[in-house]
Amino acid sequence: MLSAGPTPHTPLQEWTFSIRQAGSDRKSWTWPELTALPAEDVTADIHCVTRWSKLDTRWRAVSIDTLLAQVDTEARFVLAFCDGGYTTNVPLADLTAGRAWVAYEYDGRPLAPEHGGPARLLVPHLYFWKSAKWVRGLELLAADQPGFWERYGYHNYGDPWREQRYAGD
Amino acid sequence: MAGTAVRGRLTWQVATVDAVCDETPSVRTIVLSVPGWAGHAAGQHLDVQVTAEDGYSAQRSYSIASAPGEPLTITVERLEDGEVSPYLTDELRARDEIEIRGPIGGYFVWAGDDAATPLLLVAGGSGVVPFRSILRHRHNLGSKVPIRVLYSARSLPDVIYRAELDHADEGVTVTYTLTRQQPPGWTGHAGRVDRHLLAEVAWPADTDPLTFVCGPTPFVEAVASSLVDLGYPGGRIRTERYGGTEEP
Repeated sequence: MLSAGPTPHTPLQEWTFSIRQAGSDRKSWTWPELTALPAEDVTADIHCVTRWSKLDTRWRAVSIDTLLAQVDTEARFVLAFCDGGYTTNVPLADLTAGRAWVAYEYDGRPLAPEHGGPARLLVPHLYFWKSAKWVRGLELLAADQPGFWERYGYHNYGDPWREQRYAGD
Repeated sequence: MAGTAVRGRLTWQVATVDAVCDETPSVRTIVLSVPGWAGHAAGQHLDVQVTAEDGYSAQRSYSIASAPGEPLTITVERLEDGEVSPYLTDELRARDEIEIRGPIGGYFVWAGDDAATPLLLVAGGSGVVPFRSILRHRHNLGSKVPIRVLYSARSLPDVIYRAELDHADEGVTVTYTLTRQQPPGWTGHAGRVDRHLLAEVAWPADTDPLTFVCGPTPFVEAVASSLVDLGYPGGRIRTERYGGTEEP
């Protein structure tokens, strides 16, 4: 629901997912390449900062572990970047160990553009604005860098169990 | 997309109700007195917390209706199954206290400092609330920024701030479209905002307008997509979507 602009519609033949560091691609997947990677059926509860939760949502998704396995990095932080210019920051440790995915199906169907399709980040243990819609890649960073909503006063980490909505919560 | 300065901690503050005013049968404007309110920008929102006698508390976000520098004002639409809004629209009286915190949001704002850029404000229902703040801010600044407002309401009695909008300043054009019911003799627009209506009412894309769209999620989706179709760059369209629980 938290979206700052129009819903982007990037054609799948132009779509890529990239892992970047220092401004250049370390690894990049086209749509057929990404969707050919081993995928998981993920069932998770999600929590929006605007105070709704949805239990047992079902996704088809590629684990971030699968993607990062193809890149050596010392980075500790990630800035996810998206169509439309949106970004969000997450510690790298929160994206690994089976806790985060790139999701492209919701409830057995292709993820609709207004819900973040063709693919969105899925980080269910953080507030849902961290599960960036229209994700196009991850920038690996040595130092943390606030993303879009984080620069506008949303909490830097966003743990729903500690109700970390706004800076200082 | 320059960020605003990182703020300090947002704490809950006690706000005293100075006045309430019914805008429509289901919409009420509430003027608050908040000692120590840090001020806000036009377009920002705040969180309201109400606590029942048994200690159960609930919070919701509401757009700020007043311009920077004016007494802090919110306008609330009653949602029939709402946890907070029926209390605010039906029960709240002058001198009552509620808890608020804010201001929140730094992207859906108009600072009023770019006189060269025309504004397009597209509202669905109570999505008009932050635009009252923007229009009053323009007035208070003595700004000549040209503004076009397109406001979609169910019927004429559902139009919020009608007296104010009907007497907008020079340089501000307000266009209504009534989606469900039009009064006898209505010569204005009827039906939902679509590409055709936007082509007629909105600025031509080559004037590089800055656009704000606020309303229920499906409304905002439809309007923003239509504007992109008309050649508006996505980066110049700022959206605020209302809506509770929904599909992700």
